[in-house]
Amino acid sequence: MANAVLTAPSDERVSTRNPLQKLLVRPEIGALVGAVVLFVFFSAIAPVFLQPNSLATVLYGSSTIGIMAVGVALLMIGGEFDLSTGVAVITSALSASMFSWYFSMNIWVGVLFALVVSLGIGFINGWILVKTKLPSFIVTLATFLMLAGLNLGLTRLIGGAVATPSISDIDGFDTARAIFASSVKIGTVDVNVTVFIWIALVLIASWVLLRTRVGNWIFAVGGDANAARAVGVPVTKTKIGLFMAVGFCGWILGMHNLFAFNTVQSGEGVGNEFLYIIAAVIGGCLLTGGYGSAVGGAIGAFIFGMANKGIVYAQWNPDWFKFFLGLMLLLATIVNLIVKRRAESK
Amino acid sequence: MNAQQIDQQTLLKEEKDPLTHTPVHLLSLDKVGKHYGNVIALRDVTMAVDNGRVTCVLGDNGAGKSTLIKIIAGLHQHDEGSFKIMGEDRKLGSPREALDAGIAAVYQDLAVVSLMPIWRNFFLGSELTTGAGPFRRLDVQRMKDITLKELAEMGIDLRDVEQPIGQLSGGERQCVAIARAVYFGAKVLILDEPTAALGVKQSGVVLRYILQARDRGLGVIFITHNPHHAFPVGDRFLLLKRGKSIGYYDKKDITLEELTAQMAGGAELAELAHELEQLGGHTEALNEVKAEVEGVAVAAPESSTKRH
Repeated sequence: MANAVLTAPSDERVSTRNPLQKLLVRPEIGALVGAVVLFVFFSAIAPVFLQPNSLATVLYGSSTIGIMAVGVALLMIGGEFDLSTGVAVITSALSASMFSWYFSMNIWVGVLFALVVSLGIGFINGWILVKTKLPSFIVTLATFLMLAGLNLGLTRLIGGAVATPSISDIDGFDTARAIFASSVKIGTVDVNVTVFIWIALVLIASWVLLRTRVGNWIFAVGGDANAARAVGVPVTKTKIGLFMAVGFCGWILGMHNLFAFNTVQSGEGVGNEFLYIIAAVIGGCLLTGGYGSAVGGAIGAFIFGMANKGIVYAQWNPDWFKFFLGLMLLLATIVNLIVKRRAESK
Repeated sequence: MNAQQIDQQTLLKEEKDPLTHTPVHLLSLDKVGKHYGNVIALRDVTMAVDNGRVTCVLGDNGAGKSTLIKIIAGLHQHDEGSFKIMGEDRKLGSPREALDAGIAAVYQDLAVVSLMPIWRNFFLGSELTTGAGPFRRLDVQRMKDITLKELAEMGIDLRDVEQPIGQLSGGERQCVAIARAVYFGAKVLILDEPTAALGVKQSGVVLRYILQARDRGLGVIFITHNPHHAFPVGDRFLLLKRGKSIGYYDKKDITLEELTAQMAGGAELAELAHELEQLGGHTEALNEVKAEVEGVAVAAPESSTKRH
């Protein structure tokens, strides 16, 4: 990183030239405004919301959406989306657990097997997409249905039940749990490790997106795949890679679910794919591709976490949560649209 | 007829490159032909491209302009005749090969991603990086500086290379595409109908950049169906019709009126006038066409059938 010092001063000169406009053209600005409003709102009506313990809970809730939202946001910037993510997370957890249990192996073997499965699902999604040129909606809807069926069918076939047997006595469980599902004490508060994984993923994704060639290609294939191909961007590889990145995020979340609860319900996960997509869209990613940011997806997930837990802290009926989420989605996307138009017309 | 066609044999064998005074052309095509199955898309086309010269290819829709540039840009291969690059016989297998030979094509759709900043578009697919291993990253500042400098040299003054390229006007975008081709080492620039979708003023801007590219020593192939755009910037004019060359002129041997007349084809215009009359067409339009027919008749009393 020694070279970074050389470029830093000139970068500063550019960014201070017109900071307000620079800020306004950021894709995540709408979500940021929404997040601040929501934060102030819940702090005002539910004082308990501001306690460190509550914040840690909100962050944990956000991270379980946010980890996936990182991959989904990148994919959406690349012009595609993935409906199979919700069940793919469960597939990953099931693979690790059933593999180690059935073959009586160290759980880490199962964890690696699950990684291969998750990346494989991403690869197959991407490969079918670029080969058939079908819309990603159709391709991933098909994999969503197939995975949902496989999850139920294979779990019953191998384990004889709808849930996996508990894995807490399998070798390697403690180390794996420490990595995927432990908590870290900060001051007096226990913060789940997923929060740190989430932040790390957002940082890595932002770096890739804004400062590497691959990032340039992701924007290009989402913005105009034909133009990108014409100037020599490897469109096919980029798209398949994005689906595999989503698979990787799904693997992390799947492992967290597995080691946090020791057992996996094979029918879970359906519907979660929309939460990840919603987080990315609230965060300013264009559904049509070519525009967005990883940080935006993170803010979207944070909004989700605040709304989810805030309603509980405010002692409202959680029935209202979905309504709230829909309203946030609508408002944030409208704000994004207005801000983007205004910034572009300047 | 007044217009004197270039003696093609003389041009190819004797004329020296006006800038380098070498006896070879940057590109030269001699009796090039191409057919798709039993359809003859192009035949007997002869033309040359030189440093600091603009060769215009004119023709109506379906005249074979696209086929011709696809051969030069490496998308198709010719079946007949010879295609020489720097005096060497070549058949280009892919656009990549053409690029490596210094031939860059700027297509109508421009190959730019409108939501991306100008500098990212400029370097898309050929990004500059710095650092190694996992810390290999884009050299953002250098790319921005180069983009700004290259565009300034083309006469485009941009306040911010960070703005999305979609905010630029059609003409400016065209110019960014041209500047990009120039920067990445193009010696021959093929411009496919760069003014087709532009208004009068924007077209003027693009024509100026064509001259700028020419003055920087590039050989330019300017494809258009508009003689009013071709004539002011062109040094040579190749006219195509139904896949055949109907004329190849040096600028000093032809006037704009003659070029227009050759393009339009007197017989077709006369026919159109007749048709309009029968339909009881608008008198104003009719008079206009009639006047045009007369103009054509004066400029080229006998259509250029002899030179086929």
